[in-house]
Amino acid sequence: MEVKFQLNGKPAAADIEPDCMLLDLLRDMRCYSVKRGCDTTNCGLCTVLVNGKPSLSCAMPAARAEGKEIITLEGLQEEAVVFGRFLAKEGAEQCGYCSPGFIMNVIAMMRELKDPSIEEIKEYLAGNLCRCSGYEGQMRAIRNYMKEKGAQ
Amino acid sequence: MNLVNTSVPKVDSMALVTGKPVYTDDLAPKDCLIVKVLRSPHAHAKIRKIETERALKVPGIECVLTHEDCSDKRFTMAGQTYPEPSPYDRRILDDRVRFVGDAVAVIAGVSEKAVAKAMKLVKVDYEVLEPVLDFRKAKDHEILVHPEENWKALCEVGADNKRNLCARSETQEGDIDQVLKDCKYYVEETYHTKANQQAMMENFCTFTHMDAYGRLNVVSSTQVTFHVRRILSNALDIPKSKIRVVKPRIGGGFGAKQTVVTEVYPALVTMKTGKPAKIVYTREESFIASSPRHEMEITVRIGADENGIIKGIDVYTLSNTGAYGEHGPTTVGLSGHKSIPLYGKAEAFRFAYDVVYTNVMSAGAYRGYGATQGIFAVESAVNELAHKMGMDPVKLKELNMVKKGQKMPAYYGETATSCALDKCVERVKEMISWDEKYPRKDMGNGKVRGVGLALAMQGSGISNVDTAAVTIKVNDDGFYSLIIGASDMGTGCDTILAQMAADCLDCDMDQIIVHGVDTDVSPYDTGSYASSTTYVTGMAVVKTCEVLKEKILKKGAQYLSCPPEEAEFDGKRVFHPESGKEISLKDIGNQVMCGNEEALQASESHYSPTSPPPFMAGAAEVEVDLETGAVELIDFAAVVDCGTVINPNLAKVQTEGGIAQGIGMALYEEILYNEKGKTSANSFMQYKIPTRQDIGNIRIEFQSSYEPTGPFGAKSIGEIVINTPSPAIAEAVYNASGVRVRELPITAEKIYMGMKEK
Repeated sequence: MEVKFQLNGKPAAADIEPDCMLLDLLRDMRCYSVKRGCDTTNCGLCTVLVNGKPSLSCAMPAARAEGKEIITLEGLQEEAVVFGRFLAKEGAEQCGYCSPGFIMNVIAMMRELKDPSIEEIKEYLAGNLCRCSGYEGQMRAIRNYMKEKGAQ
Repeated sequence: MNLVNTSVPKVDSMALVTGKPVYTDDLAPKDCLIVKVLRSPHAHAKIRKIETERALKVPGIECVLTHEDCSDKRFTMAGQTYPEPSPYDRRILDDRVRFVGDAVAVIAGVSEKAVAKAMKLVKVDYEVLEPVLDFRKAKDHEILVHPEENWKALCEVGADNKRNLCARSETQEGDIDQVLKDCKYYVEETYHTKANQQAMMENFCTFTHMDAYGRLNVVSSTQVTFHVRRILSNALDIPKSKIRVVKPRIGGGFGAKQTVVTEVYPALVTMKTGKPAKIVYTREESFIASSPRHEMEITVRIGADENGIIKGIDVYTLSNTGAYGEHGPTTVGLSGHKSIPLYGKAEAFRFAYDVVYTNVMSAGAYRGYGATQGIFAVESAVNELAHKMGMDPVKLKELNMVKKGQKMPAYYGETATSCALDKCVERVKEMISWDEKYPRKDMGNGKVRGVGLALAMQGSGISNVDTAAVTIKVNDDGFYSLIIGASDMGTGCDTILAQMAADCLDCDMDQIIVHGVDTDVSPYDTGSYASSTTYVTGMAVVKTCEVLKEKILKKGAQYLSCPPEEAEFDGKRVFHPESGKEISLKDIGNQVMCGNEEALQASESHYSPTSPPPFMAGAAEVEVDLETGAVELIDFAAVVDCGTVINPNLAKVQTEGGIAQGIGMALYEEILYNEKGKTSANSFMQYKIPTRQDIGNIRIEFQSSYEPTGPFGAKSIGEIVINTPSPAIAEAVYNASGVRVRELPITAEKIYMGMKEK
C-alpha cells in the first residue's frame, strides 16, 4: 500500500506493507537518527514529532502517517545543534544513542510547556531512558538551555 | 599543561547530538542478509535432529545453519588477553543446549519477514534433560553442564567440568581462624547479589562482509576489537590474518560488549555464503541471551578488637557463571581482592571461592566486575560489626580504612601509592550532613529517613597484562593523527587521550584527529575494560608523544642545519635560539612528504606492573514508609579519588551514571528465573532500570590524589563508581527501619517482611 506524508518539510511517499511500523519506514528513508532501543515502547529512543506531538515511532503503524507531518532530528538540525551544545558542554551525551530521541522530546517540551519546573521536566521526559549519564548532566544541560533562552 | 583537567566537549559530540548515522546498524550495507538465531525453549537438552528443509523453501532464505555446520573446536566468547582464563567451553552452535535461549540454529535471508517465517518452520527434536538451576547445589552435582571431553581450561584456575566447576581457589595470609577467635567483636553473615543486565541503550549488533582480499570484515559494537579477531578465528577455525574487525561509535557497553555476543552469527553466515550479513539483537534477545553480572553469594567473617581495630577478614564467594564460563574465573577474584584491602589494619585474611556452571544464561563482564558484589558484602559486614559494637559505622571505617603508603596484602601485595580515601570520607560526611542525620530522623508521618555510607575501590587496568600501544603521526600542514586501539564506547576516551596528546605536544585539540579502532590499522590495545584506558592507554600516549617530539626536533634541526641538541620544539616550530633560525611544524609536515627517508611518526606500547586503585566514598539518604516498607532514595552524595581528573565533566557524568546504575542494582534490578529456568526479565517492562524520576539527587565531587605511575597522575574512573550504592543504601535502610537486607534488590516486600518479623 502507498502512504504519503510530509517528512521534515518535504512531501514523501512510500510503498509499504500494512504491518510496517513508522520507525522502520523512517530508517528505510535514511532518517538514521531514529533509533530502536526496545520492543515494548519503554525507552523513548524512537521519538519523532507527528503533527508537532512527540510520538514513539516504534508503536505507530506507518500507514497512520498518511497526510501527517513527520519531523525527525534530521529535520531539526539547527535546534539540535543549539541544545546539543549544552548537552555536549556537560559531557552528558556520553554514548549518544539515546540523544536523538531525548533531544526530540526536549524540543517538544520547550514548545509545549512554558518555563517548566524541575518536577515537570522530569515527568515530561520520564519515558526517555539513558543508561550512561544518570540523568543529572542532562538536567544541567536543560536548565542552562532554559536560562539562556529566558535571557534572550 | 592546559587541556588536561579541563572539561573539553567530546570530539564526537556534535555528530551524536545531531543524530548522525555513526553506529553499526546505521552503517550496515542495505543489501545485507538478515541473520537471526533460533533459540532453545529448554534449559538443558540434547538435540537429536534438526529438520531444515521446509525452512529453506521459504522465498528469500539463504541458509539455515546448525551445529553440523560449525567447527567442533571449543572456544570462549570472553574478551580477554590470550591465554584466556575463561575455559574453552562453547561452540557457535552445539548439539547440546544449556539454557533457555541458547543458540540452536542460525537463519539468514533477505528480509526480517522471510527469516521469521523460516524460523517457525525449523523443526528441532530435543531430548529434554534435567537442568541444574540452583547454584548452591551445582558443585559436584550428578548432572553436568559440560560433560564433553573436548572442554578445556587454558589457565590454572581450578576449573573442572566433571564437577561443574568453572574456577576455584583459596588464598590466605596469617592465621585467620585464630585471629577471628581472639576478636572481641565478630560478625559472620551471608550476602546475596543478583544477576543484572548492563542494559546499554544500543542492543548487541554486528555486520560482516568479504573484502577485495577475500578476508572476513567485521563491523561490530564491541569494547574488545582485537579480542574479537582472535575469538572469531577460534570460533570459525580460520587464521587471524583472514579477519579484520572495525569498531564504529558504540551505544554503550558497561562490560556487556566485552563478550563476543553477536559477532559469531553473521560471521558464520558470511563465511558460508560469501554475502554480507548482519544481526541486530532485539531488546528481548539482549535480555535473555547476553552476558549479565555474575550472581554471587558471599559469606563474610570479620572481627575487631576492643578498640575497634579490624583484625581479620574472611571472604568466601560462590559465583554463578551460568551455562558458559565467560569471565567466570576472573570476576570472582575481584569480590575479595577489591573489598578486603579497603581495611588496612587487618592482620590476617582469607579469600576462597567456587565458580559453578548452571543451566541459566552465561554471565559476563559488568562494570565493577565482581568488586561490586564483594564490596556490597564486606561493607555491609563492616556496618553490621559497627552496630554490634555500638559504634558509628563511619567511625569504624575511619579507624581502619586503607591509607596512602600502606601495603595491601590482599591486593597482590601492592602499596597504595596514591590514596585520598580519608579526604573522600571527610567530605562526603559533610555533603550528606552525616553527624546531623545519623542514624535516623522520624518524619512524623509514618516515614523515617536514614543515612548509610560505604567505601569502594577498583583497579586501573590489569597489572602485567593489559597492554596498549598508540601511534601518532605528523601529517602535511603539521596536524597529528592519533591512532588508538582503545575502544571509545561513549565514555570519551577518544577525547581524553587527545587532551593528553595535545598537552604533551603543546598544541590545540583541533590539531589532533583521533582514529579508532580497526585491527588492520590500529596499534594493539587489549581493549576498553578493567578500567584500563585512561591509565594504561593514557601512558602509552604520553610515551609516544615524548618519542615523537624528539623526532620532530631532529627533523627540524636537520632542515635548519643545526645540531639537534641546540634546537628546541615549542609545539609550533623548531627553532635554534643561537642563530634565530626556525621552521614551523607546518613546514616540517609538508617537507617530510618530499624526499624523506624516515616516517615522522612514533608508536609506543605500555603496560603497568601495578594497578593503582581509585577510591571512593558514597552516602545515601533514604526514606522508608513504615506501613508498607516502600523505600525512596532522597539523596546520594559521593566523593571520588581517581587521581588527576583528566576531564572533569566526563568524569563527573561517568560517576553520576555509575551511581544511577548502582541504584538500579540496589533497589530494582534482578534477573529472575522460574522453576524451568526461563527468565521473565525479558523487556524493560519486567526489568526496570531507573528513570530520571527514580534516582533522587546524585551529587558528586572529586578529591584528587596524584598517582605517580599514571599519565598526568591519573587513575581510573569507569568502574569504581557503581560500587557504593548497594551497601550505602542497605545501611541507610537499616538505620531507617531496623531491617538488614542482605539480598539485593532491596524491595519494599523485604523491608516490610523484615519489620513484621521484629
